[in-house]
Amino acid sequence: MRETLGLTGPKKGCDLGQCGACTVLVDGRRITSCLTFALMHGGREVTTIEGLGGDPEGDLHPVQQAFVDHDAFQCGFCTPGQIMSAVALLAEGHAGDDDEIREWMSGNLCRCAAYPNIVAAITAAAGR
Amino acid sequence: MSPQTTPWIGAAAARVDGPVKVTGTAIYTGDVALPELAHAVLVQSTIAKGRITDMDIAAAETAPGVLAVCTSDGSLGIGRVASYYSADNGPMGDGRTPLSDAVIHHHGQHIAMVVAQTLEEAVAGAERIRTRYRHQSPLVRIEDAIPQTPPGREDIVRGDLTTGLAVADVTVEAYYETPPQHMNPMEPCTTTAHWVGDRLTVYDSTQYVSGVRDALASAFGVPPANVRVLSGFVGGGFGSKGTVWPHVLLAAAAARLVDRPVRLALTRPQMFTSCGTRPATRQRIVLGAHRDGRLTAIGHDGTSATSPGENVVESTGGLTSILYACPNVTIRQRIVRLDMQAPTFQRAPGRAPGSFALESALDELAHELRMDPVELRLRNHADADPSSGRPWSGKHLRECYRVGAERFGWDPADRTPGTRREGDVLIGTGMASATHEMDPGPAAAYAELRVDGTAVIGVASHDIGTGTYTVLGQIAADVLGLPPERIIVRLGDTDLPEAPPSIGSQTVAYVGPAIRRACEAVRDDLLAAAVADPESPLYRREIGAIEFGPRTYVAELARIGEPSVSAVGHHHPDANSRYAVHSFGAHFAEVAVDALTGTVRVRRMVGAFDVGRVINPRTARSQLLGGMTFGLAQALMEATVIDPRRGHVVEPHLAGYHLPVNADIGTLDVLFVGEPDPHISDLGARGAGEIGVVGAAAAIANAVFHATGVRVRTLPITPDRVVAGSAVGG
Ligand code: FES
Ligand code: FES
Repeated sequence: MRETLGLTGPKKGCDLGQCGACTVLVDGRRITSCLTFALMHGGREVTTIEGLGGDPEGDLHPVQQAFVDHDAFQCGFCTPGQIMSAVALLAEGHAGDDDEIREWMSGNLCRCAAYPNIVAAITAAAGR
Repeated sequence: MSPQTTPWIGAAAARVDGPVKVTGTAIYTGDVALPELAHAVLVQSTIAKGRITDMDIAAAETAPGVLAVCTSDGSLGIGRVASYYSADNGPMGDGRTPLSDAVIHHHGQHIAMVVAQTLEEAVAGAERIRTRYRHQSPLVRIEDAIPQTPPGREDIVRGDLTTGLAVADVTVEAYYETPPQHMNPMEPCTTTAHWVGDRLTVYDSTQYVSGVRDALASAFGVPPANVRVLSGFVGGGFGSKGTVWPHVLLAAAAARLVDRPVRLALTRPQMFTSCGTRPATRQRIVLGAHRDGRLTAIGHDGTSATSPGENVVESTGGLTSILYACPNVTIRQRIVRLDMQAPTFQRAPGRAPGSFALESALDELAHELRMDPVELRLRNHADADPSSGRPWSGKHLRECYRVGAERFGWDPADRTPGTRREGDVLIGTGMASATHEMDPGPAAAYAELRVDGTAVIGVASHDIGTGTYTVLGQIAADVLGLPPERIIVRLGDTDLPEAPPSIGSQTVAYVGPAIRRACEAVRDDLLAAAVADPESPLYRREIGAIEFGPRTYVAELARIGEPSVSAVGHHHPDANSRYAVHSFGAHFAEVAVDALTGTVRVRRMVGAFDVGRVINPRTARSQLLGGMTFGLAQALMEATVIDPRRGHVVEPHLAGYHLPVNADIGTLDVLFVGEPDPHISDLGARGAGEIGVVGAAAAIANAVFHATGVRVRTLPITPDRVVAGSAVGG
């Protein structure tokens, strides 16, 4: 994905399925792309951060905009993965309250520890 | 030095690099696309001490796609570059030249490198290398080594410790242990190098582009001007990218060898042996005090681990010499040499483990005295710097205690341990002081005004998540009278004026004023020319009375027919200031400890910080939240486990090395206290990058004691250590 298609949005934080920086959606479900081969997903729809349709010069996807508004990142390296997870979490209906968001976002590490702001961003995107 | 009050200074502006970061279009070192890019992979030693006796590379050399295999025979021709800790104060984190000989100094030392067309081919090639060693037993436990006095380092002695203890009504003596910690930024260290003739371009994930340039120039014998280092976005550093590590030199050597661009990315496991660590410490604290709480004696002995070749000192006693007023103080710092890679400074070096010990000991003393720990600290407040007698540049620590306690709902009467229980959990509260010393560094910066009404500012500094792009733009906007969105901020490029490394919380404090000088210079040059020019509408106007903004300079540039004007500004902070320049703060924490299992959860924390002027409360708050979480992780989770016999890191990955996840974090509150620091610079800002860490672990440890009556003096506070105490687990 990164080398051949030039989609460098998904990041490589560990290559071991432990950090979530590489999170993408396969048919809407979030997975850590470092642990999978494209071959295993023939005929499925893969969405990376690039596929959310946000334009850095113009309109952002609502979750991306919420991350900017709530300062839900610092270095930004975990951010594409956090946002893909957040998009899936909202679709899964796991944004009921702060604790539920924390729990269901805990597959994505953030060493800068933007965690409280990530919760705030997701809450805002959920329209609560 | 007049405080400035334009709308841009102090505005909670959104990050200007937000849109590129949330869309995945921000380009980090590993994302740089170059034609013909090859990949280098490192092979690392599987023993901790000894020699390589034989290395079979035949199968690797003939593996598909492999372009080159390099062994530890010194044939790469990398010149020696001094380390940061040597007398020459060079840029390297470890002064040993990589792949230069067969001697093994630590587990995970680079012993070979494979360069191939693709990353997969390089990995496959590296797996075919077979190495034989002559093995020696490594020394890896701090207890097994003999402490030495670090070269050139004297004990800090004020008054007489023995006398201070003799006059004390109450004394406390305790030992504290902290483990090695790894920075583990989410972006592994990555270097992409490209030679054209004798000119080298390097993209590097670094906190110090100028250091990388200097290291590469001396390693390869080319003038520094031939080396350009770029680092537009860095995925966190925390100290691991603050010096130059051997893999950076190896990436450039590989690119020279195969004559095409090469990328070298450390793997996550390699991050545990290739870019430094916070070393383990052992500390002894002895305190003496009168009944009323006034300290009569403080002794702080700290021992930290370093490598055989580097004199890295984790200065645990640094903050002890300034935090409290006390007539009799002795601080001793020792090192032990272990068979490990050179450690380095990690976020809040010295202060993170040092504050755990000192601030835990203060809590032990408060308990002995049956005194509110806040009150104990107030009674020992240092009104001037006790180490030098100098006045503080600006200190509002008393207010930090007051404001923090108020927000937290601190109850001074409720200090008896083990009295609050909610079902299966024991509840406790704790607090600690925080401080961070500023280390001044000179910086230069560039500013350019353009006829299209935009401006460009630039400096060879970095945004490692710190908000530098945003904050420096606000500082420029303040001087230039135009909104930050019309200012292009350039960072992470050695073609820009030189700045100190992005370490020690110094960027906003010292690079910020340099940006200001550059903006003033370009503004004043333009105006001086205009008022002297009879053709200008500003002719003979008084410069100070002209309202400066894009309208002024666009008209002036159009009139003289120039597309832009630029200037360089310098900031030379006073290294011999009359003032002691420190930030201060106070942490308050509430924990819930499972009465049966000893599991500790931090329910909430409040941090009140005096960091001088806050340029952007939004990004500063995020940094402090990150710092407090770093401290929470230090308290409860983080430890690098080293195998005592073989000297390797046990489980060098993120499932074995525990970082906090979202569900580990309770409610965190950051409060800003104080006012612009009138003596650090005319900007008045001190750093906020590290102080959030200092004292956070102690506040949590103290809360655990309050909840359970168990004093855990060894970090991290894992359930077994809590249960090993008596109040829980039955
Ligand atoms: S890169 Fe860390 S989970 Fe995939
Ligand atoms: S923003 Fe840096 S790791 Fe999450």
